[in-house]
Amino acid sequence: MSSPTHTPPPGASAVLVLADGSVFWGRGVGARGEVVGEVCFNTSITGYQEIMTDPSYAGQMITFTFPHIGNVGTNDEDIEKATPVALGCILRQDITEPSNYRAQKHFNDWLTEHGRIGIAGVDTRRLTKRIRNEGAPNGVICHNPEGTFDIPALIAMANDWPGLEGMDLAKDNSCEAGYEWDETLWTREGGYGALGNAKHHVVAVDYGVKRNILRNLAALDCKVSVVPADTSAEDILAMNPDGVFLSNGPGDPAATGTYAVPTIQKLMDSGKPVFGICLGHQMMALALGAKTQKMDVGHRGANHPVKDTTTGVVEITSQNHGFVVDKDSLPDHVEATHFSLFDGSLAGLRVKDKPIFAVQYHPEASPGPHDSHYLFKRFVGLIEDAKSR
Amino acid sequence: MPKRTDIKSILIIGAGPIVIGQACEFDYSGAQACKALKEEGYRVILVNSNPATIMTDPNLADATYIEPITPAMVAKIIAKERPDVLLPTMGGQTALNTALALHDDGTLEKYGVEMIGAKKHVIEKAEDRQLFREAMDKIGLESARSAMVRTFEEAVIALETTGLPAIIRPSFTLGGEGGGIAYNREEFEQIVRNGLAISPTHTVLIEESILGWKEYEMEVVRDHADNCIIICSIENVDPMGIHTGDSITVAPALTLTDKEYQIMRDASLAVLREIGVDTGGSNVQFAVNPDDGRLIVIEMNPRVSRSSALASKATGFPIAKIAAKLAVGYTLDELDNDITGVTPASFEPTIDYVVTKIPRFTFEKFPGAQALLGTAMKSVGEAMSIGGSFAESLQKGLRSMETGLTGLNEVKIEGAPDKAAIRAKLTQPIPFRILYAAQAFRHGMTLAEIQSATKFDPWYLRQIEMLVTEEENVRTNGIPKDKQNLLRLKKLGFSDARLAELVGREEDDVRADRQALGLRPVYKRIDTCAAEFPSRTSYMYSMYEGDGFFEPENEAEITDRKKVIILGGGPNRIGQGIEFDYCCVHAAYALRETGIEAIMVNCNPETVSTDYDTSDRLYFEPLTAEDVIELCQLEQTNGELLGVIVQYGGQTPLKLSAALEKAGIPILGTSPDSIDLAEDRDRFQELINKLGLKQPANGIARSVDEAVKIAESIGYPIVIRPSYVLGGRAMEIVHTTEDLLRYMHEAVQVSGKSPVLIDSFLQDAIEIDADAVSDGENVFVAGIMQHIEEAGIHSGDSACSLPPYSLDEAMIDRLKAQTVQLAKALDVVGLMNVQFAIKDDEIYLIEVNPRASRTVPFVAKATGNPIAKIGARIMAGEKLGDFDIDPGPFKHIAVKEAVLPFNRFPGVDTLLGPEMRSTGEVMGLDTDFGRAFAKAQMAAGHTLPLKGNVFISVKNHDKPAAVQLARDAIALGFGVVATHGTAEALEKEGLDVTPVNKVQEGRPHVVDMMKNGDINLVFNTTESKQAVVDSFSIRRTALTDDIPYYTTVAGARATLRAIDNLKRGALDVRALQEYLGDKY
Repeated sequence: MSSPTHTPPPGASAVLVLADGSVFWGRGVGARGEVVGEVCFNTSITGYQEIMTDPSYAGQMITFTFPHIGNVGTNDEDIEKATPVALGCILRQDITEPSNYRAQKHFNDWLTEHGRIGIAGVDTRRLTKRIRNEGAPNGVICHNPEGTFDIPALIAMANDWPGLEGMDLAKDNSCEAGYEWDETLWTREGGYGALGNAKHHVVAVDYGVKRNILRNLAALDCKVSVVPADTSAEDILAMNPDGVFLSNGPGDPAATGTYAVPTIQKLMDSGKPVFGICLGHQMMALALGAKTQKMDVGHRGANHPVKDTTTGVVEITSQNHGFVVDKDSLPDHVEATHFSLFDGSLAGLRVKDKPIFAVQYHPEASPGPHDSHYLFKRFVGLIEDAKSR
Repeated sequence: MPKRTDIKSILIIGAGPIVIGQACEFDYSGAQACKALKEEGYRVILVNSNPATIMTDPNLADATYIEPITPAMVAKIIAKERPDVLLPTMGGQTALNTALALHDDGTLEKYGVEMIGAKKHVIEKAEDRQLFREAMDKIGLESARSAMVRTFEEAVIALETTGLPAIIRPSFTLGGEGGGIAYNREEFEQIVRNGLAISPTHTVLIEESILGWKEYEMEVVRDHADNCIIICSIENVDPMGIHTGDSITVAPALTLTDKEYQIMRDASLAVLREIGVDTGGSNVQFAVNPDDGRLIVIEMNPRVSRSSALASKATGFPIAKIAAKLAVGYTLDELDNDITGVTPASFEPTIDYVVTKIPRFTFEKFPGAQALLGTAMKSVGEAMSIGGSFAESLQKGLRSMETGLTGLNEVKIEGAPDKAAIRAKLTQPIPFRILYAAQAFRHGMTLAEIQSATKFDPWYLRQIEMLVTEEENVRTNGIPKDKQNLLRLKKLGFSDARLAELVGREEDDVRADRQALGLRPVYKRIDTCAAEFPSRTSYMYSMYEGDGFFEPENEAEITDRKKVIILGGGPNRIGQGIEFDYCCVHAAYALRETGIEAIMVNCNPETVSTDYDTSDRLYFEPLTAEDVIELCQLEQTNGELLGVIVQYGGQTPLKLSAALEKAGIPILGTSPDSIDLAEDRDRFQELINKLGLKQPANGIARSVDEAVKIAESIGYPIVIRPSYVLGGRAMEIVHTTEDLLRYMHEAVQVSGKSPVLIDSFLQDAIEIDADAVSDGENVFVAGIMQHIEEAGIHSGDSACSLPPYSLDEAMIDRLKAQTVQLAKALDVVGLMNVQFAIKDDEIYLIEVNPRASRTVPFVAKATGNPIAKIGARIMAGEKLGDFDIDPGPFKHIAVKEAVLPFNRFPGVDTLLGPEMRSTGEVMGLDTDFGRAFAKAQMAAGHTLPLKGNVFISVKNHDKPAAVQLARDAIALGFGVVATHGTAEALEKEGLDVTPVNKVQEGRPHVVDMMKNGDINLVFNTTESKQAVVDSFSIRRTALTDDIPYYTTVAGARATLRAIDNLKRGALDVRALQEYLGDKY
């Protein structure tokens, strides 16, 4: 006999189940079918399209805490990868018709087109508190307009999913072959710009890179060569870069680190300036001998204060990470440079006396505040210093 | 960096009286600043002339000066107190302007006072249009395209950059005279040529029109280490062209992509940095072209504002408190976020709900004023509402208005369903245009049609269309009987009352059905972080949540304590404003002091009562029966609800008492039956007869014929008004049957089914206000106030003196005795206000209100007896004897003066009458009446002349009194100018008078003299309709040319006394604490 909570209420066309057996009924959005992954939340009010296309969300479905998502529709510009990466989305309100001069498509149609499954009508605040208190659970969203759901099977599916810990998702989200990037930052008047004469050459190792990182580098006159995650240090150095960038990406840094860490160690030993963001930061830390760990509550939002201890300035940052570098595990030659003012966790580091640094958060924003764009300048500054020596 | 230790004392300038555009939000910010700085150990010196504020409570600052906020008076305070620094950013434009004046006249330099929060050059750069524009150019931000031209040919060239429509502003013309909007070339030529001709400098500014663009606001906070955070983005539903204070606004912005939002964020920070605001809160306003996203900076305010109060309430981030701490040297990361208790203040709040602010207007109080909105603010109050969606938030906001709205109620559009007629209506910038948009959908207009007429963003219009469609479904199919479908409607914010209206049922039945389905709202917390961190603050709003299947999560966490719920006053309006909020706040303070949980309910974002710090628990909710009953019943599920205080928030909560009683919710203090008794004419008359007290002859009429009969039996003049009103709405003094008939025609419209009350009008009587507090056995008469203006002028618009300035002890004792008698007879537990009139040594009872009155804060400030607190504690069970009360007499005199908003309503007569129209009040405090009155006049913005000419024009009845006025004026060295009739009467008494033509008698006339600066003071009383019409331009000119004017003999008399005092010596300043002695 099925439990009463396993009978859908009238009108329910989708359900979210968590591994612990919790059931949230709602109305399906986007594609039909079911999807399993980690359920996390994001507190940003704007930028849902960028969030859905952020490769760091591989393996995850996103609970948006802001009730109205989809108001401005979607367009061809506000993307961090050509197609959405997050597995699905969990919303409080139904998606509305878009209203914005840049809107090209209804968010629902965009989701459907890209095979992303979502659910609307969920008490997202309750779900968020559940994630806050007990960690990000495995979950399944099932969208079926016929309204029939095999809840026990879905719960089993959530439980059978192995979870992000130990999962190398970077490889799947990296590029298959290297490519050159020359798109610069967006302006209202001109859209995305194009790099003119490059002054520097940066090789970006793609663990699931967000395009806005590449745009930021290009905007600072860097020709960017993007290479797949498993490219060897020798191949990278053979490209004779002025600096190497280690990208963000999804999954467990320890898992991806098995092949990336030795490469990163070699890159750091080369003396070239190296800059890492998010997963790149975590793997750099591993390469330096520090440890990473899964956080009880990940950081996902665009309002996170970070203090740069080298300047004393507080920046409001965009963050998206479920793993963190253990600040007590940093070796002596590594200096902590940034801290989260929310929970004191490590948000940035540098190698003493070397042009090597990384941050845990997303200075490229998109979505989020532009306060941390200075880090790209810092990186280019290191490149210029290195070149002038 | 920690706080500055080189500072010992800080002067804070308040905003003064409540006026349109500057309301109690500055009490909220100022009170926060005082508390925040005192808590840091600084000596806080405060000046504010507004006695109804919490910030002027004697324990909030170390030295509280209830003195006029003029540069001269503040300079005296500085000379006396020698503060180290001056914080000018908490008191609105008043404080900024005063600070600038003190800088410019050298006072600050002389006494070595540093400005903190905003420096002089910052204020100037932000306020001066040209400097601001240059600053924006420098940082690459666009302003509206414009060009200054001297010839029509130049104007044509300018047109190429601005395009049509174009705004034309002639330079240096008064009140924008000659300006306009040109929609075509012909109009353009005509307006420009005319503008060039009438401009004294023959220059005209041609400006690109951005009317109809989208409008946004960003609330920014910056510390001296250059850390900048955005507290909140706000989007206006009404387009550019309507003052943001008069617009429906939504937080956060809902129709921006992240790319556009971040451009606006970057721009806001760039503006703050370029203008140079080192520390504190500011707001930056933007216009966005909906077609291409082009962004234009409109203006910025380098201080806390109405929007920062809104942003604070919307997000839970206390901007003013943080701004005050930043001003003394802290950085954001050194300060805590109170709400979470676990995170710092250096973050950007994020929210998981939608906030709507809706303004409230009072055009009906100002006959002659056009009910149209524009770039000058007209609204007198606002409500904020919070919901899980825009629809829920909007509908909660509409019912928070207390104008009878239960949602998107139907409105009549003249000429509908004719599309052209509807379009014409929608194009006008009228209040509550959103209701007309909804009505247009009902008439079958399309979204595109409505959008092109209103310029509302289609996103909002689609939401309105959806609500209208849902309403139509309910009309056709009835209210859903199943839980899921009813929940769907409740989640859209439909009130029980609205649903009941749609199907022609009673609200109570709809509520009973809903509750029978187990469908109740849940309460969520405002936590600044969208649930990312736990919140320790009980700041809550209701919403409908869940799938109707599982019990939705309720975060109310009802405690097991003894508790009292205080119902606030809702949106400010004329007649119900900050005074009632003061009382509610005091109730909360008092209950907390005694260990009873104080629970506040209100929906006014400007107030101190809706500060999460004020009460133990705050419900930010509409004050409707449905919303209040739900939360009361929830609070009853744990602990002990002693009751609800309904007598402190004005008429709003009183109106709810019947519904609360019916729902079985206990009401504290005076019983609703006693309140009803005092309001019910027949029952009250019975009581008065029993007590042997006197009332003016009166009657009650339910038809026009009845009214005429009663009036004839009483004899004219009469006072006539509908029953159950606050602030004397639709009250009039009627002298003839003809006037009575006209009134009846209009009043029936105003008051619907309720009857009209007719009283004999006691001409030239002295009016008295008495406030008392009673525990049911003992009564303390806290204050007897003598009005300056005679009976017939609404008490809220009348100046008054505490103690009385011309009554003998015996009379005061008689008034007290009657007050006590009434309190006992009505079994008052809590506060009570009585209005008396004295004529020929006889006391007449005008009205009794067994509730908090508008004068409670004034009495409390003047006597030092916190009667609102005492009243609240008595309601919770204590006795009068438990309190240490100072019965006086006092060595000082306090004069209250009303502040009127006539300058906001062109074309409106400034004559005072029985209809209340003041928005605020000031208090003058000194050791004699004349000086106290002079201070009150100064504080209200009237600078009394010490020499020059007095113009006297009085009605026949006042001619004998005018003789004495003229004699006194001459004795004081004034010349007397009078119209022929008055002049004749004065000359007959041997007085030297210059006669002058009335306006209709030909030129040069009195208005010419006024405009030429030859009249320095105006005494003008009128009676007949014709005389009122004839003298209208005198009063309007006095208003626009800042000539002090008095429209009653008593007011004129008091003014001369004040001038006499002023001539005998300059005014001194003294702190409230000095007047009240060692109590504080």
